[in-house]
Amino acid sequence: MVEFTPRTTDAIPPAEVPDVELYHPHSWWTTYVFSQDAKVIAIQYSSTAMAIGLVALVLSWLMRLQLAFPGTFDFITPEAYYQFVTMHGMIMVVYLLTALFLGGFGNYLIPLMVGARDMAFPYLNMLSYWIYLAAVLVLVASFFAPGGPTGAGWTLYPPQAILGGTPGGQQAGILIMLFSLILFIIGFTMGGLNYVVTVLQGRARGMTLMRMPLTVWGIFTATVMALLAFPALFVAAVMMLFDRLLGTSFFMPALVEMGEQLSYGGGSPILFQHLFWFFGHPEVYIVALPAFGIVSDLISTHARKNIFGYRMMVWAIVAIGALSFIVWAHHMYVSGMHPYFGFFFATTTLIIAVPTAIKVYNWVLTLWRGDIHLTIPMLFALAFIVTFVNGGLTGLFLGNVVVDVPLSDTMFVVAHFHMVMGVAPILVIFGAIYHWYPKITGRMLNEVMGHFHFWVTFIGAYLIFFPMHYVGLVGVPRRYPELGETAFIPESVHTLNEFITIAALVVGFAQLVFLFNLFWSLKNGREAGGNPWRATTLEWQTPTTPPPHGNWGDRLPVVYRWAYDYSVPGAPQDFIAQNDPWPNKPVVHR
Amino acid sequence: MAETTLSHVPPQMRPSGLRGVAADWSSDQRAFKNVSWGKAMMWVFLLSDTFVFGCFLIAYMTARMSTVEPWPNASEVFALHLFGRDLPLILIAIMTFVLISSSGTMAMAVNFAYRRDRKRTAILMLLTAVLGATFVGMQAFEWSKLIMEGVRPWGNPWGAAQFGSAFFMITGFHGTHVTIGVIFLLIVARKVARGDYDTDARGFFTSRRGNYESVEIMGLYWHFVDLVWVFIFAFFYLW
Repeated sequence: MVEFTPRTTDAIPPAEVPDVELYHPHSWWTTYVFSQDAKVIAIQYSSTAMAIGLVALVLSWLMRLQLAFPGTFDFITPEAYYQFVTMHGMIMVVYLLTALFLGGFGNYLIPLMVGARDMAFPYLNMLSYWIYLAAVLVLVASFFAPGGPTGAGWTLYPPQAILGGTPGGQQAGILIMLFSLILFIIGFTMGGLNYVVTVLQGRARGMTLMRMPLTVWGIFTATVMALLAFPALFVAAVMMLFDRLLGTSFFMPALVEMGEQLSYGGGSPILFQHLFWFFGHPEVYIVALPAFGIVSDLISTHARKNIFGYRMMVWAIVAIGALSFIVWAHHMYVSGMHPYFGFFFATTTLIIAVPTAIKVYNWVLTLWRGDIHLTIPMLFALAFIVTFVNGGLTGLFLGNVVVDVPLSDTMFVVAHFHMVMGVAPILVIFGAIYHWYPKITGRMLNEVMGHFHFWVTFIGAYLIFFPMHYVGLVGVPRRYPELGETAFIPESVHTLNEFITIAALVVGFAQLVFLFNLFWSLKNGREAGGNPWRATTLEWQTPTTPPPHGNWGDRLPVVYRWAYDYSVPGAPQDFIAQNDPWPNKPVVHR
Repeated sequence: MAETTLSHVPPQMRPSGLRGVAADWSSDQRAFKNVSWGKAMMWVFLLSDTFVFGCFLIAYMTARMSTVEPWPNASEVFALHLFGRDLPLILIAIMTFVLISSSGTMAMAVNFAYRRDRKRTAILMLLTAVLGATFVGMQAFEWSKLIMEGVRPWGNPWGAAQFGSAFFMITGFHGTHVTIGVIFLLIVARKVARGDYDTDARGFFTSRRGNYESVEIMGLYWHFVDLVWVFIFAFFYLW
């Protein structure tokens, strides 16, 4: 074997990857609507996700209003309440967070950050978005279907999900939900293949895997996980459709409903739970890993310091991704299982705390003695760290069987997962939008509105979810539309419920300021220039802002270094872009 | 297709074996050298599809093991009455033989495609498609026979209802894969016969130029569908 180490500073001619053959749009329609440009697709994905997310936000208000002032609103019947719960959960987890992180940020950032001209398969990428849009529209249609959307809870547990007692169970609701999920999975698979192949096979000269920004690592690992986890949901959805439509009994045991023996028999509801959570638990990290990646880049850029322990960060992402496939049954402690299984799943669950803790320590050590600029993206990144630690700690409680069993099905669980996979990733999404908006539009988002948005959202989220932990600890069950006069529930719970609801309304309305900011700054924002944050990663080095179709003009970038050269002693600036050959002179390529 | 090696490292200087794998993965541009985007995508897709079939099969096994009613005897249910006697699994044996043979013709098509032998490639792909269609046709026969005997997704005359449910779902899902494969085989065969891959004609939808590697990528999918059938055969018919 011949030893050969390419020197990073050698002059490397940029190379077009021969597979690249860009589709050049000919008309307004193919440029902006049926676009194959990943950047346009990213904006389409993000806008659709945020639009459907607003629906879920309104649903959460309605739930909170019912919990705080039961009986005040006539249209919120128990059935309607369950429908709100179900749609809120499903939309937020799948149609908002997954779509926004992978379809939105993935599409925008992967090609730019790895130095590619576009995704590997632009046509497939376009299809991915339109199928996702179809899935969203189908989902929305269930609000107008007879009987309304399904009220089975976002986990859709059978047998109740397809029985008459559940809203939409014997009507269109559950069918529409399952069809929509199947569509979503097909659409996502098309996009996911793109992201994986582009990262593996479409990088620029000099861009090794260990020079990729952590954002790309997070999105890449999450996509691989999604490609392996969504099949389980797909299979579960198909089987439940058959149970409901054809009368099979995959998930349905023998049942008596309203004194009548149903024709089902011999199926296993637990099987559905296994399939669902084999998808459902990786899904948590499908949402969290892109957030981990993005937040690492935000912290490094805005603290003007290299990320601490880059390799550790990469391996922690990969380890979390792998581990998350062997912990799913910790969602099923109360379903009944062999104690040894509970022991196994509790152990694997707690092991995940190790790579996660590595990440948190490394974020904190990156901040340590950094030149911290409290910009709005940085504020959101810092808020993420504390929120994630909070949510993660209650995760340690719930990962233990003996602690989980009494706490399961209380509001404590609701508070836990909202902190860890609701508020925390959303904070990162906001931070990321404030961070990359200048690249997408060429203008900065307004800072005054940004500060208002941040502080209200951050403090408000704590006002909502901190009391909820207490409410859960005193034993208030989740999924109950109304508590009534129950002896063990103290008066303080009712007061707190009202308090939480008011906080939720305020936080919700604060998001309108953010939305207004998005539109207002398009015209009135400060001109950003190409690289307002003085960041090193490739997307800030494009020839024009916003980047043109094909991203890089006539020459692909050549990468000479990792993504975190901030405050390098002796360097002319406090950052060195990844495509800057310093200390060598820039090479003019012919 | 694309010959991309480690940046300015001549191919003969690239290490071999495990060191080569490590070197490729720590290199720039591509983790899999000499693997085109299309082929990489097919491999990733097949990995994902493996999980779909894996979930289907594991779900079927769970249902079979947890049901309290007896499971119908596969060798009796899938027997054909031929030449005056019951031949167990005879139809499935023929179907399996047909499908495995189609993998053989597919492999030959790939071989001829790389020799730019348009005529033989197209004929072999057509033959593959015909074998695939025969498989689906025999499956339709098998389905209608079982349906006439009273097997339904929700029940059957011999025992656990999950037998019919799992049978129709899994073989149906596999049959759909074969059908999609046949359609794409015909499309690619037409492109080969027409010479699209020699004249750099652009695709109708993607407006990208194709090349003879499409035959191999098609082959990957076809072999995968075959391989899945082997597992379905083993777990559903032989168990």
